[in-house]
Amino acid sequence: MNWLFALIYVLSAPFLGGLIAGIDLKITARMQGRQGPPIVQPFYDVIKLLHKEVSVVNRAEMFLVVMFLLFMIATGVIFFSGGDLLLVIFALTLASIFLLTASYSTNSPYSNLGADRELLAMMAYEPMVLFTAMGFYMASKTFSVSGICASSLPAIVYLPGIFVGFVFILAFKFRKSPFDLSASHHAHQELVSGLNTEFSGPTLAIVEITHWYENVMLLGLVYLFFAWNSSVSPFLGLAACLLVYFLEILMDNSFARVRWKWALKTVWILTATVGFLNLVILSLIL
Amino acid sequence: MSLVVYLILVPLPAALLMLLIKNNTLRNIVVVATVAAVGTLAVLLTAGSFQQEPQYYLVSSAEVNILLFAIEILLTLYVIGVSVRGRKYLIAALSLVQAAALSWYELSGHHLTESLSHHFFVDRLSMIMVLIVAFVGGLIAVYAMSYMKHFHEHHKDVQDRRGMFFSVIFVFFSAMFGIVLSNDLVWIFLFWEITTVCSYLLIGYTKTKEAKRNAFTALLYNTIGGVFFAAGIIFFGMLLHVTELNDILKSDNGLLVIPALLISVAALTKSAQLPFSKWLLGAMVAPTPTSALLHSSTMVKAGVYIMLRVAPLLSGNMAGYFIVLVGGVTFLAASVMAISQNDAKKVLAYSTIANLGLIISCAGIGTYESLWAAVFLIIFHAVSKSLMFLTVGSVEGLMGSRDIEDMHGLIIKLPQMAILMTVGIAGMFLAPFGMLISKWAAMKAFLDSKNMIMLLLLVFGSAATLFYWTKWLGKIVAIRHLSERLDKKAPKCEMTAMVSLAIITVAACLLFPVVSQYMVEPLLTRMFGAAQTVISEGNQHIMLLLLGMILLLPVGLSLTRGSRLTTAYMGGINSGDNRHFTGAGGDMKRMYLANWYMERYFGEKKLFTAASLLATALLVFALIYLIGSTI
Repeated sequence: MNWLFALIYVLSAPFLGGLIAGIDLKITARMQGRQGPPIVQPFYDVIKLLHKEVSVVNRAEMFLVVMFLLFMIATGVIFFSGGDLLLVIFALTLASIFLLTASYSTNSPYSNLGADRELLAMMAYEPMVLFTAMGFYMASKTFSVSGICASSLPAIVYLPGIFVGFVFILAFKFRKSPFDLSASHHAHQELVSGLNTEFSGPTLAIVEITHWYENVMLLGLVYLFFAWNSSVSPFLGLAACLLVYFLEILMDNSFARVRWKWALKTVWILTATVGFLNLVILSLIL
Repeated sequence: MSLVVYLILVPLPAALLMLLIKNNTLRNIVVVATVAAVGTLAVLLTAGSFQQEPQYYLVSSAEVNILLFAIEILLTLYVIGVSVRGRKYLIAALSLVQAAALSWYELSGHHLTESLSHHFFVDRLSMIMVLIVAFVGGLIAVYAMSYMKHFHEHHKDVQDRRGMFFSVIFVFFSAMFGIVLSNDLVWIFLFWEITTVCSYLLIGYTKTKEAKRNAFTALLYNTIGGVFFAAGIIFFGMLLHVTELNDILKSDNGLLVIPALLISVAALTKSAQLPFSKWLLGAMVAPTPTSALLHSSTMVKAGVYIMLRVAPLLSGNMAGYFIVLVGGVTFLAASVMAISQNDAKKVLAYSTIANLGLIISCAGIGTYESLWAAVFLIIFHAVSKSLMFLTVGSVEGLMGSRDIEDMHGLIIKLPQMAILMTVGIAGMFLAPFGMLISKWAAMKAFLDSKNMIMLLLLVFGSAATLFYWTKWLGKIVAIRHLSERLDKKAPKCEMTAMVSLAIITVAACLLFPVVSQYMVEPLLTRMFGAAQTVISEGNQHIMLLLLGMILLLPVGLSLTRGSRLTTAYMGGINSGDNRHFTGAGGDMKRMYLANWYMERYFGEKKLFTAASLLATALLVFALIYLIGSTI
């Protein structure tokens, strides 16, 4: 257990996550031929939101969103302290359920639809997420994150198929096209703000901050594919994180959003073929 | 006489009393007293055998055997009688076949009763089962006292046969105790048959056409299972000279796989696995306490219990692997089909079938980790599932519907019920609650035994599980504007049972390390020789921490008072009450938020037959493989 990393995560993830969001906005703008906002724009937005009056549809909403934040931080703490990967996934699911519950509780048509779609997304990516954890276990003989970091070869050597699948489903998690079904960063969608429709002011700010925590944790998972007992590991891992995030932005700007059936079908088929075959081959050679 | 015998016998005179007493209050007193007695006996038995297990008991037996033989004949005559009267000749024929075969086996002297060393034995697994039957079953019986009263107030057309109802429930308990405590295979079979007949009587309680039909379906499937069971016992006894459950693991004859497979097919029928699932789905026509009983502590759990006992013979064998896959296919198919259901009881039924599939698979794999997972699945499932059934029953009693669509906004209408239901739902699938702990162990077990196909079935089934529970949860937490709290409360007996089960659901998560250390690990250590860590201490602590965070939930709810309330966004056309909006023609339209069922993709019509055929094919493969490998 490495509590120092966990502490660094808790303190720095919002800044790092906000910064990533800012760079994301900038790159997206440049891809679309726009100037784009300053890189610190997401912080301005969140600070402004935090200063607004708390205006909610019901009394439970705010509380459930705070639970979402707390459990997301807990998830990240388990991960960065070198804890159990499966436990990380279960805690992440629990955190997401709080967000869904908040959204369902508003009894608003747009939120409800967004929550349904988010739940569908969860059903779509959950098998791949579980396979990812299993892949790490097969490659490193342990679920412990610190154990995986100490292996003699990076997991990517054993898990190329799993990695492809994982990058694919990250689009759901980062809310990027073609899988931004539940809530999109782009203004041109018919669902208003989907899942987030009824969150405003400080509530929305907390949701945003939570997503920053979440994104940093997810990039940590990307890093884990390239982590091994070597001094090159941090550089390679960080480079991979940057590349993967750039890829997600590129996907976001190159694809239109797909229908839920297509999303579910593609991701499940990809999981059951590329992801599963990777595991089967591992089980045969290791 | 020993506690074991008391435990089996005490419910019987009580059952007779309940049948005879016409006064409801008086009968309820007998029910409560019997539940208390059975609970005390179960605790005493556990405490008494705790230090040294397994404990064996011998009943000096000549007369007892004759008595049991007589009961068996009477039971068969009864089954044949009702099935001939209902023109279900197949059931009659099957029942006749199994009884004839078994009678011949017993009377021809192959059932070496005299050489039998022990009739009963108590080990950790029987203790766990006894506690589940006594406590979960007992609470359901308490719940039933007020539920059945209201049931008859609402259903005037149904003949009030409460005496018979309670009496059958207690016979059921007795038979369950018999199954999990007996060592003599023939005795287990007799108790097994008693549970079949009890479930037939309970499902057919209302005597409607549908109830009668479904009762016969249950009887048919379980009689098919009975034939397999009888065949297994006869094979064990005649060819291998094994008459005791305890002995089946001591012999190393390669042929043992054959009777083990026959008995596991019987377990599949009792646990409602595909292709035998239909009877459990039909069983939901019965009053809710019956469903709760069949699904949680009795009946289906008898199937997985016996599976756990014979599983070591199957593990590592190809035929056994096919049984593992039947469980896996059932888990995935039932989980996916649960998405398409809006009848709460049917969702619960599919969820039961799915989870039992997982238990069967874990048992069939037979490693330390997988058996650990199987035992904990049995415990947690019994508790959470009974809680779910009882809350659904009470909600139906209070609102007149068990459609999940009608549970919209339950948190406002019936907050107590909504909270109990949330505990039950969380207990069924969410970290850090029980079922998830077991699923975690199952996942590790499949990984460590490199059972790749099971991993595939498990991850997709789990994803579907997440979907159908969460959308149900989303329905009950919706806070509807202008909604009023209903001026209704569940009766005291019902509340007592539900609150107790909710507390047990949470406590089981807090105490699972203790249960593991004192109950499950000793059991497995005896089987495997050395203890293993399934879920490490560090992770247990983190789970407890997460649970602690969740328990703070009600405290936090009070923090958000005082913020401004607004109406929900409806594209600017919210008519102001959050319930209506202005339509395109300028008229007021009512807003209705439906759950998502995806009937066209995950419907029963599309999947049930296909999944059943697949499971049947797997069973046929298993049999063919066995026959091929032994010839």
